[in-house]
Amino acid sequence: MQDQPRPEVLVSATADFLKREILPITEGARAFHLRVALNALDLVTRQLNLAAKSDTAEAERLDMLLGREGSLEYLNRALCDLIASGEFTVATPGLKDHLWATTMAKLAVDQPNYASYRLALEEEAGR
Amino acid sequence: MRRHSANVDAPVRLGLEIEASLIRVAGAAGIPSPPVLYVLQPDDDLGSGFIMDRVPGETIPRKILRDEALAAVRPLLARQAGEILARIHAIPTATLPALPLSSARRELGELQEIYRQDGQPRPVFELALRWLQDRAPAEPVKPCLVHGDFRNGNLIIGPDGIRAVLDWELATLGDPMRDLGWICTPSWRFGAMDKPVGGFGTREDLMAGYEAGGGAPVSLEVLTYWEAFGSLRWGVYGLKMLARSSTSDRPLERLMIARRVSETEIDLLRFIAPRDI
Repeated sequence: MQDQPRPEVLVSATADFLKREILPITEGARAFHLRVALNALDLVTRQLNLAAKSDTAEAERLDMLLGREGSLEYLNRALCDLIASGEFTVATPGLKDHLWATTMAKLAVDQPNYASYRLALEEEAGR
Repeated sequence: MRRHSANVDAPVRLGLEIEASLIRVAGAAGIPSPPVLYVLQPDDDLGSGFIMDRVPGETIPRKILRDEALAAVRPLLARQAGEILARIHAIPTATLPALPLSSARRELGELQEIYRQDGQPRPVFELALRWLQDRAPAEPVKPCLVHGDFRNGNLIIGPDGIRAVLDWELATLGDPMRDLGWICTPSWRFGAMDKPVGGFGTREDLMAGYEAGGGAPVSLEVLTYWEAFGSLRWGVYGLKMLARSSTSDRPLERLMIARRVSETEIDLLRFIAPRDI
């Protein structure tokens, strides 16, 4: 077991430092690239915070759908094969919910401000 | 000035000489276009490229959607876009330089190949490929000039409306509905999901403008098909960015674009597997 602080804390503290101390004294193209870098660090922080839980949930759903166990990569490849061959369709029980849940978990990490994701969250809240 | 150096990043299909001649043909046909002043010659020793006259106006999508000076014209843009597309699609193909043929099926095959080469399994893309293949429209009997990248971001907008159509490098001969669907693709709405046409207008206005400009009546179902097609197309382009960046110096910006592919997945799900809420 590694010591504290955990990586998500270190990465987010690094991002905070760059945002507070460096961004204000940066200009032009360099400021733009620094913003991109800050976005990357924020994404990494979200992934470190969220992915373990969402990966576990994804694997459980895939296990239910496919009736087999294995790595996420293996299970996703198996699911892709079933969809490509036409054996699984949008009408296959559980598939639609699985794809939505998996995609929502990706956007929570990748682009939580994307308008379609915000809209989907509102729809879920109003359900 | 538009010029290609040796290191080209964009998914370039057409040479710049062809693009320059398309802009000239379009301008002559009454499509708002920047005047092409000069096409680089081999003797210039500057590579390939051309020089256009400056057209004042705004191209940055989020500014187009927010700028106060454009508030009055924004509600008119979708109809104008429809009229302009109708005129583009009516340009006699005999007057055009040689262009590649495109069709939904052929392009789906290409997109599938790029996706498979990327290697990451994506169940949403698999389902989208099936959905789009199952519903692919027949090859157009009379393929017409398709701009290929007609969207918010490739139009110069002023207070009087659309002043120029830019970036013809993805032009093909193919199905005109592809252009109408592309400008409505969710990735080009820049946050304004309730305004499908570029984030500034309604499908109804686009379709009315298209018919008023002499285009054939548009079916909402066909339009939606090409919107979904656009989402897959843009998602696969994101994968291409990743493929390119892993073989070179891994520029961060491109790596981050690859993490936006999931945006197209949620949009695809809305088209192909809407939730019952």
